[in-house]
Amino acid sequence: MKEWLTVAMPKGRIFHEAVDLLRKAGYDLPPEFDDSRKLILNIENERLRFILAKPMDVPTYVEHGVADVGIAGKDVMLEEERDVYEVLDLKISGCYLAVAGLPEQTIQDVAPKVATKYPNVASKYFREQGEQVEIIKLNGSIELAPLIGLADRIVDIVSTGRTLKENGLVELEHIIGITSRFIVNPASYRLKDKVIDDMVERLSEVVEGESNDENNSAE
Amino acid sequence: MTRPFVFEKPLGMRDTLPLLYETKKKIRRKMEAVVQSWGYQFIATPTLEYYDTVGSASATLDQQLFKLMDQQGKTLVLRPDMTSPIARVAGSSLKQEPYPLRLAYDANVFRAQQHEGGRPAEFEQVGIELIGDGTTSADGEVIALMIEMLKKAGVGQFQVAIGHIGFIHSVFVSILGNEERANKLRRFLYEKNYVGYRQHVKELSLSSIDKHRLLELLKLRGGKESIERAYELLPGTEGERFINELSNLYAILESYGAADTLKIDLTLVSHMNYYTGIVFESYAENLGVPISNGGRYDELLAKFDRPAQATGFGIRLDRLVEAIDQREEPSAAITGIIFSPERRQEAIELAREKREEGKMVVLQDLNGVQDVDAMSEQFADVIYCIGKNGRGGKS
Repeated sequence: MKEWLTVAMPKGRIFHEAVDLLRKAGYDLPPEFDDSRKLILNIENERLRFILAKPMDVPTYVEHGVADVGIAGKDVMLEEERDVYEVLDLKISGCYLAVAGLPEQTIQDVAPKVATKYPNVASKYFREQGEQVEIIKLNGSIELAPLIGLADRIVDIVSTGRTLKENGLVELEHIIGITSRFIVNPASYRLKDKVIDDMVERLSEVVEGESNDENNSAE
Repeated sequence: MTRPFVFEKPLGMRDTLPLLYETKKKIRRKMEAVVQSWGYQFIATPTLEYYDTVGSASATLDQQLFKLMDQQGKTLVLRPDMTSPIARVAGSSLKQEPYPLRLAYDANVFRAQQHEGGRPAEFEQVGIELIGDGTTSADGEVIALMIEMLKKAGVGQFQVAIGHIGFIHSVFVSILGNEERANKLRRFLYEKNYVGYRQHVKELSLSSIDKHRLLELLKLRGGKESIERAYELLPGTEGERFINELSNLYAILESYGAADTLKIDLTLVSHMNYYTGIVFESYAENLGVPISNGGRYDELLAKFDRPAQATGFGIRLDRLVEAIDQREEPSAAITGIIFSPERRQEAIELAREKREEGKMVVLQDLNGVQDVDAMSEQFADVIYCIGKNGRGGKS
């Protein structure tokens, strides 16, 4: 009998892309999966248990071993620095972390304020740039901060740039590209290695297949 | 600064209440018995050491050390592990003792935690060091001993992952040419970042064969057959030496009857620059973190002026308790003798009698108890020596 595997999934935007990917990898996930409001979903025939977590919390569940594997954005991995294996780049939910601000904004000399959902990433980035900044942690609607004078700049993820544009902000610096990653708990990686290796194998075939298609169509 | 609440403890410090205390004691004793039966001798070392000696020699990251100052202004550390103190002892107090030394410890170690304050910053480790023996038999012995300890302690399902730092290092240096580039790549493995590793390899200016070899390294996980595959990554005499070492180790552990828990994992890098050869970690079911880890550290002893090859491991008792998940009953049957002052003499004699029989006895003056019924309920057996007439009733 195959062992049960617990998969931590991010709710929201990434969820549908991740489910799509799992289906392409041959996992038989029922249609009602897509808009269930349950937080725990058991797929008996695949022996998979899905837990639906806030994207920022996925690495936490995996690090503590209550989920064996998970799907988490690289932005979250950088921010949380959890002790988990980052095994595969799933190349879904592509976006990037950027510094943005109002155009023609004069930056305060002493310690410009930076609002962000990613205080660790932001402070590391500005430290590496040799810039002295004050980081202000916000939990959402980051674009608001420069508009009403809470901060001079923001660090946030940008996917299409539409939100920035609609709020009259411009991108100032590109920090790092972000995609979703397949992450694994270190203990599960040994104890359930067969099931996990199989999943990684199947997912990587889908991911590589798709990126090859893209390369071909680009040629 | 606000003052702490009266019940607060420094971050990461924990109390051990009777139930857990008994559980730990029992597990500790089982493991100590195994260690002793393998001829290892227990030693104890001070809780405080100098930062410049033990602190800087230890494998623990600098920011995880608890530092304080002594009256002369020298920096001290709360010992972050037991390996470096034992190396210090081997190089000083035990200098005259011939190698190999087989030493064991059971001690609390201290590591300040980076994330989330609730994680233990002080925890008990039971472990051993085998110093002055560079043979693969020594590696086999310590791993077999660890497995035996885990089994005897009562861990049901567990796996031991075995890697080889020397092998990884040689593969990297042979392909990348220098230490600096090798270390850069090794850091990705240390950080468990396979994605970053692959990206880094792709960006390197190397032949596609060499890139392929580096990428194949990530697949060297699994059973015995992974050892054979490893040879393809490092052909030649050096590779042969490592492969022989690993196959020998596997064979040795088979002889110990311990091979069923083994997993080869040549991507295992448990520390950036401390270990030099075979390394290992063990994992139990239902616990996301390793319960023990160890490996060969052939460079540490030189820092204490007595160069030697050495290997050893530490088992974390707190995690082991979690993995076993069985609590002892609070110390079985305690007899209570509740007496009134006029019959104190009789009660004391009775208590002595029973204690000599090996019973656990609480002797309690009636006047010191507020609620006799509640008190009586704590005991398996209660004897009342109350009032003037003879022995009191038993309930």
